[in-house]
Amino acid sequence: MAQIASITLLHNDDARPIIEAILADNPGVRVLNMPGAVKLDRDDELVINRASVEERLGRSWEPQEIQLVLISMAGNLDEDDDHFTLSWKH
Amino acid sequence: MAPKKLGLKQRYAHMTRGLDWETSYQPMDAVYPFDSFEGIKIKDWSAWEDPFRLTMDAYWKFQGEKERKLYAVLDAFAQNNGQTGISDARYANVLKLFLTGVSPLEYQAHRGFAFAGRHLRGVGPRVACQMQSLDELRHVQTQIHTISHYNKYFDGISEFRHMHDRVWYLSVPKSFFDDARSAGPFEYMIAIGFAFEYVLTNLLFVPFMSGAAYNGDMSTVTFGFSAQSDESRHMTLGIEVIKFLLEQHPDNLPIVQKWVDKWFWRGHRVLGLVAMMMDYMLPKPVMSWKEAWEIYFTEAGGSLFTDLARYGLKVPKYADVATAEAEHISHQNWAIFYQYTHAAGFHTWMPDKAHLDWLSEKYPNTFDKYYRPRWEMWAEMEKQGKRFYNNALPQLCQTCQIPMGYTEPGDPTTIAFRCSEVDGETYHFCSDGCKDIFDGEPEKYAQSWLPVHQIFQGNCGGATVPDVLNWYRMNVGADNMDYVGSPDEKLWNEWHAGKVRDAV
Amino acid sequence: MTVQIKTIDLEPKRHTFGHIARRLGGDKPATRYQEATLDLQATDNFHYKPLWEPEYWHYDTRKTAVVMEDWYKPLDPRQFYYATYNISRANANQAVERNFTFVEERDLLGKLDAALKAKLISGLLPIRHLHWGSNMNMAEACQRGYGTAVTAPCIFSAGDHLGMAQIVSRIGLLLDEQTGAALDTAKDAWMNDPAWQGVRRLIEDTFVERDWFHLYVAQTLGVNAVLLDLVYKHADAAWGPAAVPVAMLTEFMADWRAEEGKWSDAVVKTVAAESEANKALISGWAKTWIDRAEAAARPLATALLGDAAAATAAADAARTRARSLGLSL
Ligand SMILES: [Fe+2]
Ligand SMILES: [Fe+2]
Ligand SMILES: [Zn+2]
Repeated sequence: MAQIASITLLHNDDARPIIEAILADNPGVRVLNMPGAVKLDRDDELVINRASVEERLGRSWEPQEIQLVLISMAGNLDEDDDHFTLSWKH
Repeated sequence: MAPKKLGLKQRYAHMTRGLDWETSYQPMDAVYPFDSFEGIKIKDWSAWEDPFRLTMDAYWKFQGEKERKLYAVLDAFAQNNGQTGISDARYANVLKLFLTGVSPLEYQAHRGFAFAGRHLRGVGPRVACQMQSLDELRHVQTQIHTISHYNKYFDGISEFRHMHDRVWYLSVPKSFFDDARSAGPFEYMIAIGFAFEYVLTNLLFVPFMSGAAYNGDMSTVTFGFSAQSDESRHMTLGIEVIKFLLEQHPDNLPIVQKWVDKWFWRGHRVLGLVAMMMDYMLPKPVMSWKEAWEIYFTEAGGSLFTDLARYGLKVPKYADVATAEAEHISHQNWAIFYQYTHAAGFHTWMPDKAHLDWLSEKYPNTFDKYYRPRWEMWAEMEKQGKRFYNNALPQLCQTCQIPMGYTEPGDPTTIAFRCSEVDGETYHFCSDGCKDIFDGEPEKYAQSWLPVHQIFQGNCGGATVPDVLNWYRMNVGADNMDYVGSPDEKLWNEWHAGKVRDAV
Repeated sequence: MTVQIKTIDLEPKRHTFGHIARRLGGDKPATRYQEATLDLQATDNFHYKPLWEPEYWHYDTRKTAVVMEDWYKPLDPRQFYYATYNISRANANQAVERNFTFVEERDLLGKLDAALKAKLISGLLPIRHLHWGSNMNMAEACQRGYGTAVTAPCIFSAGDHLGMAQIVSRIGLLLDEQTGAALDTAKDAWMNDPAWQGVRRLIEDTFVERDWFHLYVAQTLGVNAVLLDLVYKHADAAWGPAAVPVAMLTEFMADWRAEEGKWSDAVVKTVAAESEANKALISGWAKTWIDRAEAAARPLATALLGDAAAATAAADAARTRARSLGLSL
């Protein structure tokens, strides 16, 4: 069975650019809508790129700001200035 | 010239990692007296990886902003009397169970992480634990502030602090956390940081809080999801702890495996209460416990344990039993509370037809076969004025403290009983999981403050049920018994009738 | 068309929780501070003795020698609960950001001469380790203490000390062009420079104090009132032309001391006022730690300012403060 990297975000305006960036940058991502929340799953790895979010947001954005809309996640986290990655790869 | 900006990782390393030092005026073992008796071997604390690199300034900034948003929602909810807009007043009962059973655990987590945040020897985990200690204080306080508004209108909430230390079923979550708090700092980290936060809190905070939203409770979903954003940090700390311990020394593996097995089962038993909240207590159910278990344990836990297999760590013992129980546990728990509704601080009811149909659909293997007929019979008895109560005090499992009502693995018609004998005393258990835990540390679990034993020993206000309820500060006739006929129902109907009149 | 009259009765059944009402002497609206604080910690029917300290319960009044009839007497005059604490610190930190930006843009520290830079590195930066030690002590007082009224502000204080340690670290990064070399040099001073050894010995000795209220007194009246005040209040003259930028960059600490001091003073005063026995114990602890802090501060003051007068001034101020709290030294 594939290992699933996953992130759950608030379903609101603040999170929308992040959700769109994830959909654009992660082929094969699966979406589960729940009341108030959206869960995004992908086999092995899921990446949020700073540049993609900034493009959609129209301002500078730091991956740490994800704290404000984050609900849950699964996978080993690697967070740096330009990305926020959840992965089961080694 | 403006100085070049440091990357997140370097900046964090400079600002945090060098703060600690090897003491020389006092021996390190005197400064950190509690981190060696468990037998965990750490060769190099500096190998610790910080996944979330939050400095305090960033912590204050993000948390301050989250709090501003949350309290704006709480204020608006109170001003608009949001409690009149929930799906049904039955919904308020999940908040009663939440505040009496869960919120005090947040407080315990706060103090427990302060302990780990002082007494683990490495600076990286200590900082993460201290932030978690702050977060957990946040959780209990925001939960109190959210539910405070419901307390103004609904019964069963007002004595949550008093009840948590006394009421029979609340000893289930209380003993769970007392167990973790009385363990050493490494076991605490595996118990709460790993097993509870990583493997199990998702089940509580994601589908259940989504259910709060679905039932019109915007204040609870806001604190729930806002708290859960902290939990993401906590889960990351939990997984980091377990990897760190397993990487540090091969001798740590059997110790850690034993803790993982123990705390998985302990957590599974406590979460049975949440299973019941999701399947029975949300008037508009959103996801069944079984579905939630599949997503958050089978799928997410599966990915996690596949990852940890490279250290030799195995899937927790009895995970298969727990998965099989996901078909039964919410129903069996609701049956217990229905029978003992006179001694519970929240209301019970038999589900209506639409809800029964939903359960039949969600539990095709078990509900129609084992539970629906009983519910229909009990509903029929209610109609005839012969509502079923169980007036005998139940025998409790010595480990999880739940009444012995769970069935044998593979045989849902036979109640499971296990026992162990120590020093001439016989101790009883609901399952192999609970028996194993006891057998691993009999001196610890022999101490359990078992509510039923305590009642028999005269430590709970007296010998009769009214004496005990009085000692619980339970407002009899308001806090306990069925929803139908309760003051909550009366108030709700008045609001509703008023609304109907307004609309005419 | 007729105007609808709202007929829904929304009069609350009760105004607050039972345990809060009993404290307020009746069912009245309570503040968020009160509902988030009073009687929050469990007190009864614990299940298991801690494996790490079986002589006590995990919440146990016997973990200090002082005795309170009610540990919810020493309240926080700031009425902090998590939200108000964090929002207040987030606001204070905006000023920190502005000050750092001001100093950075003008390169006020970078252009100092090498000797003054070196003095800041060995004389100011090591205090980050004292903040870290203070963080350990306040985390200890939180975990070991009794009653949310005192223990919750202790974890806030622990967070503050970590924050201040990080502000000092940022000053270090301004001094060494963001290489971290200054912080390494400062740590070496903390570990080996004779000027700092009394301070380091003192804080290490507090680490082994297991009576949590004794520790609280040592931290707030010894470490905070003597050692931190020496460096942040009485040492301006040591920094020469850097005095203004240093004052700007440590403004958080000055404001924090004034604010947290109100809380810690109130706690010490209330607990001492409970009984003659408490007063005698706390007076003894205060005397010991202020005297020790003064002795530890003397070589540091001498290294920074040429003589030990500032150490005496800080210690005398701490003694005056302690007496104003009802202690006899
Ligand atoms: Fe929490
Ligand atoms: Fe948590
Ligand atoms: Zn059990």
